[in-house]
Amino acid sequence: MIRPHDSIIVQSLGRFLIPVIQIFGLYVLFFGQYGPGGGFVGGVILGTSMILSVLTFGHDATRSQIAKKVLHGDGVGMLIYAGVGGLCMIGGGEFLNYAHLEIPGLEVAARRSLGIVLTQIGVAIDVAVTAVSIVFSLSAEEIIEDVTNG
Amino acid sequence: MTFSFEILLLILLLVTAAGAILVKDLMSAILLLGSYSFFLALVWAWLGAVDVAFVEAVVGAGLATVLFLLTLFGTAPKDSRLRRPPPPIAALFALPLLGVLLLYAANDLPKFGDPTSPASTHISPAYLERSYQDTQTPNVVTSVLMDYRSLDTMVETVVIFTAGIACALLLRRQAS
Repeated sequence: MIRPHDSIIVQSLGRFLIPVIQIFGLYVLFFGQYGPGGGFVGGVILGTSMILSVLTFGHDATRSQIAKKVLHGDGVGMLIYAGVGGLCMIGGGEFLNYAHLEIPGLEVAARRSLGIVLTQIGVAIDVAVTAVSIVFSLSAEEIIEDVTNG
Repeated sequence: MTFSFEILLLILLLVTAAGAILVKDLMSAILLLGSYSFFLALVWAWLGAVDVAFVEAVVGAGLATVLFLLTLFGTAPKDSRLRRPPPPIAALFALPLLGVLLLYAANDLPKFGDPTSPASTHISPAYLERSYQDTQTPNVVTSVLMDYRSLDTMVETVVIFTAGIACALLLRRQAS
């Protein structure tokens, strides 16, 4: 159980910083094809923003509801990743051979680029959910009932 | 100029690493470890491995520090101070010997950036030449990680997922 932080400085800074961090995380996630970054780092940054909101505003605040809802997505990232691989198999290729993603009107290289984006989103979701989940596990006391009751 | 910068970074790495091991207070050890990760990220960036530097800065200096701190706040005050016994005599002799052996072996490593080293002749040229026309992805690191070596990355994702599940199973049980 994490209580909200007392200091108004921390609260106002958190209010200002959390959206910035989230936008930066999305930028890193989708810019990973053109520069440093990618799914793993983007996911960690997104997870960190949610951890920051939990640490700043407390476990029960409305701003932390997103972090709590995120826990229901445990495993979704992996499903996206493996699902892309499965779609490639349905398209007639090997597992995770993005050239066989069946999307009309795209060249082979563009299909592979799209496959990279989709799997990166999967990695990012998986990493973000895991980061939030571990922080909740480390500070767990009355969390289980909250999570199971929604 | 770059030479002195490099020496300064490596000295800071050594100081923070030794400090994280030797300091008595666990809170200081965690913060020193975080700064060690940050200096290590600077070293990676200076060597040109920007993706590795990014991960090291975000995970090592950011997330791991938060996880360590949360763990520390979950412990009793008497657990957070350490008493270290003096090192055994065998270790005092064996570890410097091991260090000398490693330095001796490091002589045979190829030079940094050597174009004829095995790492840059085997398969890296194929990746570098074909990456853009194969995948339309300018960042070769991303195309290797997510396309050429996609199965490895998927199993890494499974490892992270397993870590999260294991933490939940082990730590959340005491609540009920």
